[in-house]
Amino acid sequence: MSPEGVWIAIGATAAGCYLVKLLGLSVPAGALERPLVRRLAALLPVALLAALTAQQTFGGEGGALVADARAGGLAAAAVALVLRAPFLVVVAAAVLVTAGLRALG
Amino acid sequence: MPETNQTTQTPRTVPARPDGRDAPTAPTASPPAADRGGNDRAVARDALGVGVAVGLSGFAFGVTSAGAGLSLAQTCALSLLVFTGASQFALVGALAAGGGPLTAAAGAFFLGTRNAFYGLRLSSLLRLPRAVRPAAAHLVIDETSLVALAQRDRRAARIGFTVTGITLYLLWNLTTLLGALGAAALGDTAAWGLDAAGPAVFLALLAPMLRTAAERATAGLAVLLGLGLLPVLPAGVPVLVAALAAPLVLLARGLRAKGSDGGEGR
Repeated sequence: MSPEGVWIAIGATAAGCYLVKLLGLSVPAGALERPLVRRLAALLPVALLAALTAQQTFGGEGGALVADARAGGLAAAAVALVLRAPFLVVVAAAVLVTAGLRALG
Repeated sequence: MPETNQTTQTPRTVPARPDGRDAPTAPTASPPAADRGGNDRAVARDALGVGVAVGLSGFAFGVTSAGAGLSLAQTCALSLLVFTGASQFALVGALAAGGGPLTAAAGAFFLGTRNAFYGLRLSSLLRLPRAVRPAAAHLVIDETSLVALAQRDRRAARIGFTVTGITLYLLWNLTTLLGALGAAALGDTAAWGLDAAGPAVFLALLAPMLRTAAERATAGLAVLLGLGLLPVLPAGVPVLVAALAAPLVLLARGLRAKGSDGGEGR
């Protein structure tokens, strides 16, 4: 991608993310408190995070699906989460196991 | 910041009581000055701990972003201006996969919308003066919100929010810079397994959200949509379609609740 394209993406993300933060602090309480809106807002990050986790674990070149060392790394992260490890340990487990599998393979 | 719920378990987990006043069991409405000083320091210490732990993972972001082909200035601009970790990881991931700028930004933006709901809860808790809101808004992210909401009164919530926010902001940006600089020294970041850091961050954020059947159904459907559409749709678009899992699950539950009078069983 061209540098201009990347800057456009950065600008749009920065503006959008800042405005929703400010919106939350500024609107009168109750405006976004409708039950349907609240439930949708709670489920939206679940859907995005689940899809992103899967895609960045199994996504290969040109949209192909592959199971490589990253899958092993994410399995290690999942085990760390089940064991209630701190955040940094979870990420470190994924990185180290992925690197280890690549070194072996 | 990698918005993690884990690290925020380290501070005391006092249930949020937005005002402190509706607590009849509290010995006094306002503790003596000496006691209050001790409490202030304890809140600040907890907030610093969260800030340090999470701020350090900015290093992983810097490396990931540089590995995705962003320049040093672009990587640092993201941490300075966007300052919400999951969105930043999502954006560089989508750009690396070849997504268009606005498609990539849309995914990152939707991930950032949850901060609006933190802001709603914080505005009644912190009651910030109008003049400081534009600056404070930039610090409204998972960690600062969770620390502030865990405090017993407004004073402690304000200290927790401010100390966590400033610590995180400084460390996140410093470690992003170091990560981006370090990526060049590391060479092939994939060999170090650092391409697994982004998805691991997402998984760590997702795990505590999977409590109810609706949440698990949404996650499952989103994984199916996200992976199933990956080979057929342009990069960055499948994740946006996968976001539809949220309204679809709500719709299905609504229809089922209407069909069987029995209400919804969780």
